[in-house]
Amino acid sequence: METFLQQLVNGISQGSAYALIALGYTMVYGVLKLINFAHSDVYMFGAFMGFYIANSSWFQATMGTSVLSGVVVLLGAMVLASMLGILIERFAYRPGRSPSPGTLAFWFGILGAGFGYLLGKTPGAVAAGVLAGIVVGVILEKWGVRPRAQSSSLKILIIAIGVSFFLENSGQQVFGADPKFFPQIIPTKVLNVAGLSLDSQKLTVLGVAIVLMVLLNVIVNYTKTGRAMRAVSFNLDAARLMGINTDRIIAFTFGLGSALAGAGGILVSLMYPKIDPLMGILPGLKAFVAAVLGGIGNITGAMFGGLIIGLAEVMAVGYGQSTYRDAIAFVILVLILLIKPTGIMGKGMVEKV
Amino acid sequence: MRRGLLWLGAVLVLAALEPNLRGLIGAYNYQILVLVGVNIILAVSLNLINGFTGQFSIGHAGFYAVGAYTSAALVFYAGPSVRVLTASLPTVAQDAVLLLMGLLGAALVAGLAGLAVGIPSLRLRGDYLAIVTLGFGEIIRVLILNIDAIGGARGFAGIPQLSNFFWVYLFVLITIATVHNLVSSSYGRAFVSIRDDEIAAEAMGVDTTRFKVMSFVISSMFAGIAGGLFGHFTMYLHPNSFTFVASFYVIIMIVIGGLGSIEGAVLGAVVFTVGLEVFRGFGAFRLINFSVLLVLIMIYRPQGLLGSWTLIKRRKQAGAM
Repeated sequence: METFLQQLVNGISQGSAYALIALGYTMVYGVLKLINFAHSDVYMFGAFMGFYIANSSWFQATMGTSVLSGVVVLLGAMVLASMLGILIERFAYRPGRSPSPGTLAFWFGILGAGFGYLLGKTPGAVAAGVLAGIVVGVILEKWGVRPRAQSSSLKILIIAIGVSFFLENSGQQVFGADPKFFPQIIPTKVLNVAGLSLDSQKLTVLGVAIVLMVLLNVIVNYTKTGRAMRAVSFNLDAARLMGINTDRIIAFTFGLGSALAGAGGILVSLMYPKIDPLMGILPGLKAFVAAVLGGIGNITGAMFGGLIIGLAEVMAVGYGQSTYRDAIAFVILVLILLIKPTGIMGKGMVEKV
Repeated sequence: MRRGLLWLGAVLVLAALEPNLRGLIGAYNYQILVLVGVNIILAVSLNLINGFTGQFSIGHAGFYAVGAYTSAALVFYAGPSVRVLTASLPTVAQDAVLLLMGLLGAALVAGLAGLAVGIPSLRLRGDYLAIVTLGFGEIIRVLILNIDAIGGARGFAGIPQLSNFFWVYLFVLITIATVHNLVSSSYGRAFVSIRDDEIAAEAMGVDTTRFKVMSFVISSMFAGIAGGLFGHFTMYLHPNSFTFVASFYVIIMIVIGGLGSIEGAVLGAVVFTVGLEVFRGFGAFRLINFSVLLVLIMIYRPQGLLGSWTLIKRRKQAGAM
């Protein structure tokens, strides 16, 4: 019984981290009907940003391991992850929907940074490369190289896969391919309550996840922007006709979802401190399964889906084979797709012409 | 009759080239040539499901791995007894029997895996296939790592070398001919109709799930054959050769060449494989640049270099923005 309760606690804190990532998938799917493959890499990015903030000399000099330092790392990672999410939306997904200026300049700038680094390996060379790339991109756009305006769901899906690979490969180049160890930013204490050992990491994860989910519910249900988000996810074209700036709402959705993924990256790193540029793939997959399990597009569903996946995984490891831990979410996914593809809380919708 | 002569001629040309080719172009170039062939099989087969049927699979390496390990294990464990049975034949014929046995097993098991993955995911919108195949690719790798009989994390060593330029390019021709004939047949029209407008296809009486699963299973079978040919050429297999990166390579090939074009897939496979070798000095930057290229091609030229399909849909689907 005690082991069962212990597993329950572990599963809930693991599951609440999955739920945070699942929320981003489900919100983006709600507004764009897109599986945002890059989401799992935003989660990885969040963990690395936390790592760099906590290891910076400024942070080391002014903060110790305290509650405040944990908050600083968490907020910093969330803000940076949300910026990455908005950048991805602006320069990869939006050009796939409508011609947007600046796309070529952005990507050529990135390529330029790579070539500058290859040639010079100094910050100056990289800056020169970025500049050259941007200039070439701007000139090409002036010549009339414009994105195709036609949108199709498959096209955006392939773009998402490309962005995901881009982030994973750049992560290996920029952060290094070897695993790094996430620092202990909050003091470790173990509480023993009725035979259960509750360490401060797990409690922090659970607490932060609950606070963030409550905040998200307030934003989505009680603010004007949240109402616009719900309108866009209900019907994008109708929302535009009602005067909602849909591009801005989509960008906001990406920012919000990415901030949650960044928070998820920090929280998971508190429990499992090994981070590497490919760390997002499997948690991303599991969080997506959580979103499908709860009913994709449904925010409450994603939270419950995350908890169920976390519990199922921890229970399976606790009572069975740990080598096949990663296969559990996959088996659950196949089962939902066979039995109830709309998920637990999803509404069935017939696609119409 | 004419077609039979053409095949005979092709086989003779390949057989005549095989013994002299290594000396002619050097061992390194020979190896790359064979690798290009394996990649052509992968690209052309992935194009069947991704380009012609419009369902996006991103786990082709999973089926490639299933085929490679099945064929290698079959030949490794059952090979000696088959050799005893066929002892009266010359060695070349024995090798051919063994290889064909391995490839048959590879195609069957990879096809079954395709069926198991395809049935749950292809009843739904195309996006689900992407995530299920991504998961499948990772799970297969974990599974292989845990099976000791096929080497596990050490890798599978000691696979007999049976395939070569002749066999790989024979199967390149078979793959291209099969996919070409398939997409020109009534089945192919059903595939393309699903890609262009699934709802309209269904309204016209096309059993969309059946055709999607069929296309996916055939695609997986050829990936399995490519795996078998690869394993019997390199004589060593390791789970790390079959990560999502390997699937990404094949996607890049067909997107560069053009989704829904057989010539495009062939060209993409050649350009990508050779390009990866030529720019070896650039290290990880090659992959960053290829990912940016993938994004930019989809934004600016979704039909790729030779694609017949413009990705333009005549009518926007409800909600699918």
